[in-house]
Amino acid sequence: MQLALPSSGVLAARQQGTRRRLLTLSLACALLTLAAVLSVTFGTRDVAWPDIARALSGQSDTIGAAAVSARLPRTALAMLAGAGLALAGTALQGVTRNPLADPGILGINSGAALAVVVMLAWGSLETGTTYALTASLGAALAAGLVQAIASMGRGRATPLKLALAGAATSAALASFTTAIILPRNDIAGLAQSWQIGGVGGATWAQIMPVLPFFALGIALVMLTARRLNLLALGEETASGLGENVQIARGLAVLGAILLCGAATATCGPIGFVGLVVPHLTRALIGVDYRWLIPASALVGAALLTGADVAGRLIARPAELDVGILTAFLGAPVFIWIVRRRKLGAL
Amino acid sequence: MKTVSPPLPARLNALRVAQRRSRYQIIAGLLALIIAGVALTLMRGQSFTPPQTVLRVLSGEDIAGASFAIRELRLPRAVMAVLTGLCFGLGGAAFQTLLRNPLASPDIIGISAGASAAATIAIIFFGLGGAAVSLIAVIAALGVAALIAVLAGRGAAAGTRLVLIGIGLSAMAQSLTAWALTQAPSWSRAEALRWLSGSLNGATLEAALPLLAALVICGAMLISRSPALEAMRMGEDMAAGLGVSPARTRLIVALAAVGVIAFATAAAGPIAFVAFLAGPIAAQLSKRGGPILIPAALIGAALVLIADFTGQFLLPARLPVGIVTGALGAPYLIYLLIRINRQGGAL
Repeated sequence: MQLALPSSGVLAARQQGTRRRLLTLSLACALLTLAAVLSVTFGTRDVAWPDIARALSGQSDTIGAAAVSARLPRTALAMLAGAGLALAGTALQGVTRNPLADPGILGINSGAALAVVVMLAWGSLETGTTYALTASLGAALAAGLVQAIASMGRGRATPLKLALAGAATSAALASFTTAIILPRNDIAGLAQSWQIGGVGGATWAQIMPVLPFFALGIALVMLTARRLNLLALGEETASGLGENVQIARGLAVLGAILLCGAATATCGPIGFVGLVVPHLTRALIGVDYRWLIPASALVGAALLTGADVAGRLIARPAELDVGILTAFLGAPVFIWIVRRRKLGAL
Repeated sequence: MKTVSPPLPARLNALRVAQRRSRYQIIAGLLALIIAGVALTLMRGQSFTPPQTVLRVLSGEDIAGASFAIRELRLPRAVMAVLTGLCFGLGGAAFQTLLRNPLASPDIIGISAGASAAATIAIIFFGLGGAAVSLIAVIAALGVAALIAVLAGRGAAAGTRLVLIGIGLSAMAQSLTAWALTQAPSWSRAEALRWLSGSLNGATLEAALPLLAALVICGAMLISRSPALEAMRMGEDMAAGLGVSPARTRLIVALAAVGVIAFATAAAGPIAFVAFLAGPIAAQLSKRGGPILIPAALIGAALVLIADFTGQFLLPARLPVGIVTGALGAPYLIYLLIRINRQGGAL
């Protein structure tokens, strides 16, 4: 008996799927552009179109133009950090096969923050590059610690164990950070920013040194996209496919750590972006990491930029740090995810 | 020659006597520790006051150079430390026993974070103080507990969901607190730390009174339910078979535990990890089993006293008690997690 292969049907469906995904990607791009425009236009001070035009061409003579020029690096940082954190979350969720993995929950951001604070207090941090390097080192140590704690004993590191280990490690590291900062008047002003992250006051001088870290991290995560698909098939299948998958896992984690380190070094600890964005994007574009990764980057950038705009508009004339907003809005999404999943999948 | 062991009832009786004796020993030991801690707090401040002077001041004498320090500063601090420690220890152990999960502690699942957020908002935006703040903290804490219960739902995975949802709500509440603190004038940044991690600075005896009342009322409710709680430890069906109403016990214990935690948080802030650690430490001490509510309360008091003293005098900088318990308690939490994981315990 001959099996009638519906080859034309499969091909057509595949083309349709690709078209739909491309549409989603372009939609994300459009959203990102919109968020960027809003970020430059709106803020604590109202600006007019001439001011924006002047600032974009490099002049900052009027107050309005100066305000816009201050917003440009801030917008850029929000986009970079948003993309970076979203990619880190996507990579971590793919590597740990844990829907609750997020650099904030897993204590990785707290580790990065603590490392920077330690170096500020007892060492010296000259350049932005050393900031990012220190933060990445702290992120790596925290990630290792949490993974070690969660995978002790029977069974692998279940989402609950990871979340709890992460919460405990976050709390511990945050306490250490505060304990170090408290008696030091010279760095006490930074205390606020090392507990909740924000993109306010960003300058091009801050962003330039960490660009290579972002670029490297993004490249690493994108390179491992195909292998992450294989990892998603399950532990046995993945290990059956050999060394490449393990190497890809390491590279993906390294990319995630670099991205977290760079983001935390410039902005402070911002949580929940890495948790929410992969789930959102997965719902829109599917589970193929080759599509998921670029889409997460775009959606993450748009989300964080939008959150920053909201933070500036809600608390006028003051500003709400974007880390506060992401925690406040991301936690309900976290709860929704927990409720939706069955225990087995968790 | 084959020896005949004593009959079962006699053995059980002997076991029960030994258990009771070890319980009394533990409680006595903890009380001694607390008294030592209080004595130390009363004697040591900016200056060292010898014990006889302390006793004379306490009995009403007015001694220059000592009475102010002892009556206005050290005594309220010691009293507040003991009361909040008792409250946190009691509430934490009650929750952990009720939910049969050492990780379902009020400070991890967001109840103290919620109380703290409400207290902060009440103080900063509405300028309230004292009893009103405590009341608002209690209402907020009850709200958070109810929300967690509703969201976690029922079923086999409810316990897991409860802890995770609690972690999420805790993050939300902490961000609320952080935001409220940014709206406060900068001179109250020191106050800020109290609400973020817990501090006994500026403790007064007047503030301790409502806390004492709450402790007595809610504490009595909890301790009187202690046998019912022990029965529920074996599972709800067993408990029902033993004549305990699981729903009613759960409601009363939850209300009393949340009340006690909220009042303590309103008084001193969410002193990290005391509620979480007291129960497991008590369980480790009373190896022979048995109810742990009273030992846990005493351990909580001892923890707060020791941590406060450490934060004031034993470290290179003056740190509020919450930072010390956070820095010291979290490694212990990690150790506990490792031990639970290694024993393959249910999480």
